[in-house]
Amino acid sequence: MNLPLRSADTDVALWLQQQTDKSLLRFLTCGSVDDGKSTLIGRLLYDSQMVLDDQLASLKRESHNRHVGDEGIDFSLLVDGLSAEREQGITIDVAYRFFSTDKRKFIVADTPGHEQYTRNMATGASNADLALVLIDARKGVLTQTRRHSFILSLIGVKHVVLVVNKIDLVDYDSDVFDRIVAEYRAFAEPLGFKTLAAIPVSALRGDNMLAPSPRTPWYSGAGLVPYLEAIDVSEDRSAELFRFPVQWVNRPNLDFRGFSGTLASGAIAVGDEVLVAASRQRAVISRIVTMDGDLDHAVAGQAVTLVLDREVDVSRGDVLSRQGETPEYSNQFQARMVWMSQEPAFAGRSYLLKVGAQIVPATITDLKFRTNINTLEQTAATKIDLNEVATVTIATDKPIAFDSYATNALTGGFILVDRLSNATLGAGTIDFGLRRAQNLTYQSFDVNRDVRAAMKGQAPQIVWFTGLSGSGKSSIANLLEKRLTAEGRHAYILDGDNVRHGLNRDLGFTEAARVENIRRVGEVARLMADAGLIVLVSFISPFRNERQLAREIAGDISFVEVYVDTPIEVCEARDPKGLYKRARAGEIKNFTGIDSPFEVPTAAELVLHGAEQEPAALADQLHDWLGARS
Amino acid sequence: MQRSSLTHLQALEAESIEILREVAASFERPVMMYSIGKDSSVLLHLARKAFFPSRIPFPLLHVNTTWKFAEMIAFRDAMAEKHGFDLISHTNPEGLANNINPFDHGSSRFTDIMKTQALRQALDAGRYDAAIGGARRDEEKSRAKERIFSHRNASHAWDPKTQRPELWRVFNTRINPGESMRVFPISNWTELDVWTYIYAEGIELPSLYYARLRPVVERSGTLIMVDDERFRLEPGETPREELVRFRTLGDYPLTGAIRSSAASLPEIIMEMQASRTSEREGRLIDSDSVGSMEKKKQEGYF
Repeated sequence: MNLPLRSADTDVALWLQQQTDKSLLRFLTCGSVDDGKSTLIGRLLYDSQMVLDDQLASLKRESHNRHVGDEGIDFSLLVDGLSAEREQGITIDVAYRFFSTDKRKFIVADTPGHEQYTRNMATGASNADLALVLIDARKGVLTQTRRHSFILSLIGVKHVVLVVNKIDLVDYDSDVFDRIVAEYRAFAEPLGFKTLAAIPVSALRGDNMLAPSPRTPWYSGAGLVPYLEAIDVSEDRSAELFRFPVQWVNRPNLDFRGFSGTLASGAIAVGDEVLVAASRQRAVISRIVTMDGDLDHAVAGQAVTLVLDREVDVSRGDVLSRQGETPEYSNQFQARMVWMSQEPAFAGRSYLLKVGAQIVPATITDLKFRTNINTLEQTAATKIDLNEVATVTIATDKPIAFDSYATNALTGGFILVDRLSNATLGAGTIDFGLRRAQNLTYQSFDVNRDVRAAMKGQAPQIVWFTGLSGSGKSSIANLLEKRLTAEGRHAYILDGDNVRHGLNRDLGFTEAARVENIRRVGEVARLMADAGLIVLVSFISPFRNERQLAREIAGDISFVEVYVDTPIEVCEARDPKGLYKRARAGEIKNFTGIDSPFEVPTAAELVLHGAEQEPAALADQLHDWLGARS
Repeated sequence: MQRSSLTHLQALEAESIEILREVAASFERPVMMYSIGKDSSVLLHLARKAFFPSRIPFPLLHVNTTWKFAEMIAFRDAMAEKHGFDLISHTNPEGLANNINPFDHGSSRFTDIMKTQALRQALDAGRYDAAIGGARRDEEKSRAKERIFSHRNASHAWDPKTQRPELWRVFNTRINPGESMRVFPISNWTELDVWTYIYAEGIELPSLYYARLRPVVERSGTLIMVDDERFRLEPGETPREELVRFRTLGDYPLTGAIRSSAASLPEIIMEMQASRTSEREGRLIDSDSVGSMEKKKQEGYF
């Protein structure tokens, strides 16, 4: 963006040119309120003259009787507002602040650290070039400092400034500073930060903020602001391998077909040959289109529209690269996850995964271990709870193009999304692809499902009964099987209790075990239906996610969800196996309807009211409904 | 010349374009809010860039309270004509029938009926699943933690407790039927960024932003322009011509002017740099009640 120099206002034009040419530094601040983080940010805003008169006036009023610096202002008031937020019940997470100096524009991700620090810090760090790690000089390196630093390394923040604050409160003692810095450096060594500077400051009094303080003659480095203005954080992403995730197919008319997106890394020029990661098709860049005119060359970070010299099949989610420098293309990889939801993560549960512009169903196939973010210890895990970090393997329903996060954050960072609520549940960074997946293909045989179904003269299907214990699922399934058998059809009942005696003998009743229970039964049902059978599955299956999983495992096989809706009072009164009584007595834990939830189906094909009719009538109703459907 | 890193304005522009494309690619019925002000003008410019050479693939929606400056409406129509986008203008029909106005009903009630409710009506009528707005995080405290893709439930309400974490540039655009998304592509821009970008890109603005002689009255320290004959003068009050301009545009009886001689973009920017009061001070709507922006957002205001 070059500004025309307008003769009338040469000074203004020069100043504006300087404004537009500034570079941008995004950083985040880690530390709790006690470390003086709010005061530090407030001071940065104040010193860069981002505080306006009307704000300043009210600030001075509010600062009365508070902890003030030489200016008579409590800087923390500039950014606080947190108590008010708390009263309003607002989630306190990442807030963004802006300030700028003559050299740079800054975007600060301010992540209040008390609750949900992992989630908030990971979010703030994901777009940051640099982090300020605040330490109270009186307290030194704390567990929290280590925790913050680990999360920074996990998200891949490369540059750290250790801000040893409140140096005035330790009488500007260089020994205190040196001790803290030495301890931190030793700890941070394995975390692989590219640069690590340490600055003694007093945010309240302004020492070493804008200029070196006369009160710390033993410190010879730059003040915090000059340091932030000068540090080179550019990764030179244009020198990396070319990656262009296609975001939107630009097709205004039959004569123009372009692929719009932002270069995640690398550079590209007209005449270069590119390769589509999924189809391995090649083409040559014929134009780089922007509204400001065609370019002959584009670099990382630029949003452009590429035109290829020939018709190749490219759509949203495809990744363009160069021949011989392609991203990984696989349906399995290992990753580190930061979990961000109250609802824990389980192996076997199905999620949606988004990386770049690709969205695919995905499953955590293995929970390898959890990392204690305070001690960095690795322990076995069956689930990932809110704010925990774990190493997992993930399988996607179809192959996706990606890089390891260490080489490319934009093609190696992903989120997992809940399939029903669409909430963002967790964020992950890909370690490496598991190539094994590429060699594993499905065998196809000549005698297939159609042949077997034709022999039996029936359409295979899965009828999935869900409902509380005692709702009448098994009775109805039993009666339905009898009628089908009498008609000469081949049906089979998979019953919850029976399966748990055999195939799933190793599984308990925790949420993780229930997920695996349903996954196995879903797979068995699919195999049986593939063999041509009508499979009646009678399982409490209390969770929507797992019923959805079973439906997905069924794939192209007809899947009918039947909800046997019987009020819990009725089920408990029936109590055919005496289970409710035992659950009420506390002898059985995690009993559905008592101390474990039943998520009422919202997508059931058929609802049978178990309290209103006898099982025989309900079985007839279901039989007729199935008959009418086929 | 090969540039390996972008300036901050180039980076902001690219980020906004990426967000706009993500909306077009991920939603079935997006719409872009068009309020005719400088932020909207930047947004319009970015949308033209994002989809070039295609037309902007969604309509622009203007919620017309009927109390906008006359020049804004003329400017709006001229822009639609010039850039060939689909323009939808909506006015709350009940509000219109009941002659809801800022003089008789007060700014708070007027805003609720003619803006917040009108917006909801328009969004429902269009069954829009994504509404793009020009809000920025530097504008106001409660905006500082707003997401770029901000989820709204079926009644357009913002539930701060269910805000989705946003990492990298991976935006979660998934919604259930009936829900919608508010999208803010210029979240990371500051007011100065907006002005320097307008200058650098030569973006057209309504002349209301530039100082001219305009008929104004002064009420409790705020200069209000008498834009048409509907303005109710108080006894003894006569409009006088003053050299003024506006820092934000909205409903003329609710928008304060500032005394200024800045008649060109560079002058405005210089004046703004020297000025020491925040942008929203001229917007009467925000000072109506404490925490009012937060409240309006939960009710569905942008």
